[in-house]
Amino acid sequence: MELVVFSLLNGLVTGLLLFMLSSGLTLIFSMMGVLNFAHASFYMLGAYFAYTISGYMGFWVGLIFAPILVGVVGALIQRYGLRYVHRWGHVAELVFTFGLAFLIEEVVQFFWGKATKDYHEPELLDFPLFTLFGQSFPAYKAFMIFISIGIFIALLMMLTRTRVGLIIQAAITHPNTVANLGHNVPLVFMGVFGVGSALAGLAGVIAGPALGTFPGMAFVLGSIVFVVIVVGGLGSLAGAFVASLLIGWLQTFAIALDYSMTDLLDLLGVSFSDDHVLRDLWSLSLPQVAPILPYLLLILILIFRPTGLMGKRET
Amino acid sequence: MLEVRDLQAFYGKSHILQGVSFDIAEGEIVSLLGRNGVGRSTTCKAVMGEVPPQGSIKFRGTELVGKKQHEIARLGIGYVPENRDVFPTLTVRQNLVLGMKSMKQEGRWSIDDMFDLFSNLRERADIRAGALSGGEQQMLTMCRTLMGDPDLIMIDEPTEGLSPQMVEKVAGLLEEIARRKVSILLVEQKLTIALRISHRVYVMGHGHMVFDGTPEALLNDAQIRSEWLEV
Ligand SMILES: Nc1ncnc2c1ncn2[C@@H]1O[C@H](COP(=O)(O)OP(=O)(O)OP(=O)(O)O)[C@@H](O)[C@H]1O
Ligand SMILES: [Mg+2]
Repeated sequence: MELVVFSLLNGLVTGLLLFMLSSGLTLIFSMMGVLNFAHASFYMLGAYFAYTISGYMGFWVGLIFAPILVGVVGALIQRYGLRYVHRWGHVAELVFTFGLAFLIEEVVQFFWGKATKDYHEPELLDFPLFTLFGQSFPAYKAFMIFISIGIFIALLMMLTRTRVGLIIQAAITHPNTVANLGHNVPLVFMGVFGVGSALAGLAGVIAGPALGTFPGMAFVLGSIVFVVIVVGGLGSLAGAFVASLLIGWLQTFAIALDYSMTDLLDLLGVSFSDDHVLRDLWSLSLPQVAPILPYLLLILILIFRPTGLMGKRET
Repeated sequence: MLEVRDLQAFYGKSHILQGVSFDIAEGEIVSLLGRNGVGRSTTCKAVMGEVPPQGSIKFRGTELVGKKQHEIARLGIGYVPENRDVFPTLTVRQNLVLGMKSMKQEGRWSIDDMFDLFSNLRERADIRAGALSGGEQQMLTMCRTLMGDPDLIMIDEPTEGLSPQMVEKVAGLLEEIARRKVSILLVEQKLTIALRISHRVYVMGHGHMVFDGTPEALLNDAQIRSEWLEV
């Protein structure tokens, strides 16, 4: 029972974090038509910026300014890099974002080094929020849930209830028509890229203390984020949301449930002798395979539903 | 108001507009006629900056060549493209709101004017625009552009594929637009409406103008009509 409650909560934390990255990546994908391979690098920049800022002015100042700074960096990269590269076509854009991911990783290592940074949650949130069946749930994780949900509600309102949000929605699908109506579409695109980057940065700021702030963090989470948006269906925000939570829970439940195929087979009354050739395979436990489960899901989705859970059919 | 001189435009290597020149005066209704594929839509797109133009396009003395699409729109030129490009996932009302250049704009047209002109749109105000009929979508794209309060509106084949009833409604809206002192460049293939409401007509051949005159002059010029208009 406690296993279920804690796995649900931990999965929710991971899922919301994934959605904070995948939502921005999805919007940027719909707009550019190509995947931004550097998206998770903005997540990493967020964590490092916040680490440095918090060293001088504390966690809370970092929480606010690091994402803004990341957003500005993203907007500038869009304005002076991607917008220029765009004229050479999609492949050039893709290669550009790929190179950018490596560049940011190098820059991070150059300034902050290879070692994991000692970036902590603030003392204010460093206590167990509640204890259930002898296991405690950290207040910081509750804070992560709270921040994520708050930001999503704010963005959803902005996107669906304000004029700027309507312009963004229309510009993503009909940029030309929107420009003919007198709206500055390149500016909108720069803004969307900036806000998407800032969201990734915010994810980094709040995940840094929980998951570790190190130069490989972009790669670790980035590859899962790509799985999320392919599973959800490229370009679908709702799909990204469902897939984020799905993969968040898939991972936490897999880690929590310490079963293996042998256990299942035992249950069915089948057993193998200890020297059977496949014994090693049967005794792999779920926590051991947890890291590859998202990729397994990716492959299954690509085989059985190539457009993703909520993706539209290719036209 | 609009002075176009020696306008050239290309799609890749194909030379689509090969020196197009025409004028539109303040408050004038001008029709641009011609067969399929002669470059009428491309002319509108070049004026709008959607297709990169060469030559000179002056709007009230301001050179448009080199300006961006939204800058050209903000100078007071509206464009209704031929493909009925509504924003399908937004409601009718949201589509109209997006036509406005800012929320504070005080123009010739209000959303209520549009609803008074087309009661269909009022009834469907909160429905997704993608669910409208073809004719209603055509109305909506025209109204959406008008919400931006242009002083010159270019309308590309608004009656194509519409029922005679709907065609009459379009004609009524064109007359209302003219009454509110908006200049019109009407791109058409059929002569009926164009000749009825226009002050002047141009006929376009392959990439350049082949006729400029009043509707009466065109009616009397059997040679131009048979060579460039009738199929
Ligand atoms: N995106 C494009 N790429 C390449 N060629 C194009 C493109 N759009 C139009 N053309 C070509 O340019 C020429 C002029 O097209 P345009 O759309 O201006 O014609 P039109 O006079 O509006 O005729 P209609 O609308 O009846 O087809 C045509 O030969 C067309 O094939
Ligand atoms: Mg055309």
